[in-house]
Amino acid sequence: MITIIDYKAGNLTSVQRALMHLGIENQISKNPDVIRKAERVIFPGVGAAGSAMETLKERNLDLALKESFERGTPILGICLGSQIILSMSEEDGNTLGLGILSGRASKFQFADETLKIPHMGWNAVKVVNPHPVLGHLNPGDEFYFVHSYYPQPESAENVFATSEYGFEFPVAVGMDNLFAVQFHTEKSGPVGLQLLKNFAKWRL
Amino acid sequence: MLSKRIISCLDVRDGKLAKSVKFVDTIDIGDPVVQAKKYYEEGLDELVFYDITASSDKRNIMLDVVNAVAEQVFIPFSVGGGLRTVEDCSRVLLAGAEKINVNSAAVRRPELIREAAEAFGSQAVVLSMDILRVDPAPGLESGYEIVIEGGRRRMGLDAIEWAKRGEELGAGELVINSIDADGTKEGYEITLTRMVSEVVSIPVIASGGGGTPEHLYDVLTKGKADAALVASMLHYDEYSIDEIKDYLIERGIKIRKV
Repeated sequence: MITIIDYKAGNLTSVQRALMHLGIENQISKNPDVIRKAERVIFPGVGAAGSAMETLKERNLDLALKESFERGTPILGICLGSQIILSMSEEDGNTLGLGILSGRASKFQFADETLKIPHMGWNAVKVVNPHPVLGHLNPGDEFYFVHSYYPQPESAENVFATSEYGFEFPVAVGMDNLFAVQFHTEKSGPVGLQLLKNFAKWRL
Repeated sequence: MLSKRIISCLDVRDGKLAKSVKFVDTIDIGDPVVQAKKYYEEGLDELVFYDITASSDKRNIMLDVVNAVAEQVFIPFSVGGGLRTVEDCSRVLLAGAEKINVNSAAVRRPELIREAAEAFGSQAVVLSMDILRVDPAPGLESGYEIVIEGGRRRMGLDAIEWAKRGEELGAGELVINSIDADGTKEGYEITLTRMVSEVVSIPVIASGGGGTPEHLYDVLTKGKADAALVASMLHYDEYSIDEIKDYLIERGIKIRKV
């Protein structure tokens, strides 16, 4: 059973529909006790870091999520979920994150005006450090992105995949039982669904 | 590097698929959910649904279509047609769309763009523009004018100015739909698409006139579009998604292949 954290993130139902399609048992919950005891957790996200952190705190979900990480629960962060797990985000005038993984969410900045922000559309994901959740993917497989900030862990060993947009930046990060992707895997066609399947089967 | 996107547009009336030719005659050509699923499986990058239902009491049929699409199609899609308020937009997004598409309602009340961008983020707001080629005149210096009501009503608004304004108000993407090219299959309006691409810094989607893969190549290169919308080329099985994509890849365009 996968529990999807409800903190008003816009892609919550899309994630659920993808899991339903795959026949993966799931529930949506905003109850911190349910999150603490969950078998597996998906931490989705769309929107701004500041208001997301506020909602997490209001619902006591920040502490619940940290606890479930410490208990060893497999957690998958998606999009904003891959940024909020870090120590901080440059968004909304430096927002403190959950600090599960050391690092920061940095804003794209380009001198080249042809590189538009947000980075929106399909881009290839390169595995730089094999991980079970990235299993069955082929070089050149593309995922769907919409974001202006990207996760930048302090240590390179926490980076599992990268993409290229002006420069090479991390798109899959993690540590122990936590794995997080910047792209919208729930909207990335067959390869995105494969990643969700991998997460559902991930044994530590 | 981002791939250029191939997007298909499905016009939906009373829950059924229709394709307009020069916005006048429309004919029913099938079930939008079945069609959307087929395109998804064949490797399309994104979908747009325009609700062209005339009577407002049948509008909820569209929400059922959106729900059914979201259960089976795992690529981004947007929905437009008849969205006048943030509440209208919210219903469509909750039903499973990633983006909302505003057109006439935003021309009449530009604040709708700002309100939607504040409520859902710019990434969820697509501004569609129906554009007619006209003789340049004071206030219409570019020679391109915004029209509404399916092209019937000229608004005296310069298309290039409206594109810039749309971006300022918070639109995250622009659809540039040429009324002159729509349904002709003679190629996209390259000049217009390039003019808009050069003045905004958000993605530009070219629409209207695509008849061959070469037309897509032209608008993605000379027209500087980030994405191209295809309709009848696909709807009438003239080309497959693979044929279009293979052609573009062959000519050096970065395209996603499934």
